[in-house]
Amino acid sequence: MPLTNRSKVVSNKEMTLAERLYLPAIAGGMGITFKHMFKKPVTLDYPLVKREMAPVYRGQHVLKRDENGAERCTACGLCALACPAEAITMTAAERKPGEEKLYREEKYASVYEINMLRCIFCGLCEEACPKEAIFLTDKTVPSTFERDEFLYGKEVLVEPLTDPVDVSKRQTKDVSEFKHHGEYQHNSKDGKSHISKHSH
Amino acid sequence: MLILILYKFLLVVLVFLISLGMAAYSTYGERKIAAFMQDRMGPSKAGPYGLLQPIADGVKMFMKEEIIPDVSNRWLFILGPCLFMLTACMTGVVIPWGKPLIINGDSYPLQITDINIGILYVFGVVSMGVYGIMIGGWASNNKYSLLGAIRASAQMISYEVAMGLSIIALVMTTGTISLSEIAAQQEHGVWNIVKQPLGFLIFLICAFAECNRSPFDLPECETELVGGYHTEYSSMKLGLYLFAEYINMFISSAVISTLYFGGYNFPFVSSLGLPHNVEALLGVGILFAKIIFFIFFFMWIRWTIPRFRYDQLMDLGWKKLIPLSMLNILITGGLILLFEKL
Repeated sequence: MPLTNRSKVVSNKEMTLAERLYLPAIAGGMGITFKHMFKKPVTLDYPLVKREMAPVYRGQHVLKRDENGAERCTACGLCALACPAEAITMTAAERKPGEEKLYREEKYASVYEINMLRCIFCGLCEEACPKEAIFLTDKTVPSTFERDEFLYGKEVLVEPLTDPVDVSKRQTKDVSEFKHHGEYQHNSKDGKSHISKHSH
Repeated sequence: MLILILYKFLLVVLVFLISLGMAAYSTYGERKIAAFMQDRMGPSKAGPYGLLQPIADGVKMFMKEEIIPDVSNRWLFILGPCLFMLTACMTGVVIPWGKPLIINGDSYPLQITDINIGILYVFGVVSMGVYGIMIGGWASNNKYSLLGAIRASAQMISYEVAMGLSIIALVMTTGTISLSEIAAQQEHGVWNIVKQPLGFLIFLICAFAECNRSPFDLPECETELVGGYHTEYSSMKLGLYLFAEYINMFISSAVISTLYFGGYNFPFVSSLGLPHNVEALLGVGILFAKIIFFIFFFMWIRWTIPRFRYDQLMDLGWKKLIPLSMLNILITGGLILLFEKL
């Protein structure tokens, strides 16, 4: 009784004359290659044409600014905590008077580093972030020759003031609703989390 | 007399330039066809559709550093690629490119030299090509180059036997070994492929082996060996070896078209009633169309069939093709006797 229905009976039968001549098989093969000549190439003219990425492609991170151009990140450390690859490190600092235009809240990250060699681009940091500060973009991390060049600091990660990074594809309505939902709101006006209502 | 010498000189230069041009654009064609057959795009950056790629390749070859190994035999090392290139270019001399042009009543044959033993000349020159490979491999003073050269020359010598025997059958049907006469015979009669189908098949297989083309490209074997006989070569000397292969391919296609596919003839062209010179030039175009088809065929085969193993190659050459071509001679002889009696 066969275990599966995929087993094949192997036979060592002599090849027929047509098979031993090879010529019919060669003609068949040539037919196949000729057919392929008229197929659309699967490759792209790469540097000129880029393959379209999925709208929610997870590439290099960006640290967003708010609508006034202040950094959103408050160095709460939730992204570092969520990170399964332990790629994120940060140092928190207190905002000094006069820096209100630079940092949105009283606390900010003076150092924020992501090790791109450790990062697995899972997007959990983005999910954990209560301030909508970190997002993954469709930019790929370029390769370099040195390991330390993969340690991306704020100078790379924070979006430029003049050239905001569009994250609307990942910050969809659903995501936004989730982040602002009363039950899960980390940042309600009264400063209290409502999740505790449902906790045991 | 002076005009004739000038005309011949012009023809020589023209055939040489066309050979080089065809070989250069064969490299481009090869890469494009390979790409299309593998659903890729091929070279597309140099010029429109990558058409200037052969020039870029040539410039690259000339600019690269020239390395002559210290332990090599310097003179033979240089002689090897020169000889290979020379023999590749020499074969084009006897090919009849078209009917003679008639200008002011004088006949100007579109063939550099119409020797009456054209086929023998082609064979003689082609077998000289082995020396280029053998000298190159030996002068490198590198055991792998030498092994590659031995493989290459063993292959070429083996397949020359079957090739010669297949031609004998053709000569029996045509009754001449002058290429111009063979081409002329096919103007009104049928093409020789009809008379010699088996002989054509053997000749074609042997032509692949003689040009070191896939599926018989064991001497070069780019996916398995470092480079065979030209391992130690660099810069334009390597370029000459690679380039000569494409010239060989061009010449082989020309010989195949002339011997078996009517050369510059095409059915019903001569009954169109065109002026003689127009018809002759049209014949040149027809011959080149056939040549380009066969070059394409060479490439088509290359990107379809996997490479033979060396013992299979020898087995095919000595045990299959030589007996087959002898059988072909017998059949041809029998048929000739039969038809003459009728």
